[in-house]
Amino acid sequence: MLHLVLFFIFAIICVAGAVNLLAQRHPIDSALSLIVVMGSLAVLYLLLGAEFVAAIQIIVYAGAVMVLFVFVIMLLNAGAEEHSGRSYVAWFLGIPALASLAALVVYSLVRHEPSSRRLALGESQGYVSPVAHLLFKDFLLPFEVTSVLILIAIMGAVVLAQRGED
Amino acid sequence: MVPLSYYLGLSAILFCLGVLGFLIKRNIITLFMSIELMLNAVNLSFVAFSAYLHKLSAQVFVFFVMVVAAAEAAVGLAIIIALYRSRQTLNVDRVDLLKL
Repeated sequence: MLHLVLFFIFAIICVAGAVNLLAQRHPIDSALSLIVVMGSLAVLYLLLGAEFVAAIQIIVYAGAVMVLFVFVIMLLNAGAEEHSGRSYVAWFLGIPALASLAALVVYSLVRHEPSSRRLALGESQGYVSPVAHLLFKDFLLPFEVTSVLILIAIMGAVVLAQRGED
Repeated sequence: MVPLSYYLGLSAILFCLGVLGFLIKRNIITLFMSIELMLNAVNLSFVAFSAYLHKLSAQVFVFFVMVVAAAEAAVGLAIIIALYRSRQTLNVDRVDLLKL
């Protein structure tokens, strides 16, 4: 019961943050509401027993990535967005299409329940050590490859953001 | 006692909101944040399946998704800075050089 109550509280916060992201005109307001979404997602991960994922969600997403976003918004002094005439087509076609898609997916999920199990709070446990065993044994090669990916991303970011020869 | 479909439904709603943001927003930084929202929605369904099906490897995949998202954010924001330097705008409607 507690699981259900906590799920609904943080699911509502999550969806409200996502809707606020779309409703705000200024990018800094959108960034702050995205941080709300990520924080409440971290709580949902904790409810599911995924402690490691919840921790790196806060550290990497809500911390590092969003700091980068806010930094760039403030660096470029981004103002409120302006709408041109063409962009209203996306409003009139996009909102009904996406609303019907979401309704269809949710309806089919409720209709054909994928798993009959009901999870109680604290039943599923994703401690750090079993995840670490998987990461450093079964997925060792992909883990090492991600370090190469990060290195390439760092070099790409430095090359792209440096001032040109002028 | 929460069924799996609640988590998957929340994930679907968040993903659709991300796609909608990508369609209706015109600021390139906000478009980027919509992509992050979609990645987060997919992560939520990964973690939900991991908890309900007792497969911890899904959490490792969440880790990889986060690594790719962080790399993508770094490179993408560098591209945005380079774009702003050459065009002095963040509005995607004004960056239409490749349009026919």
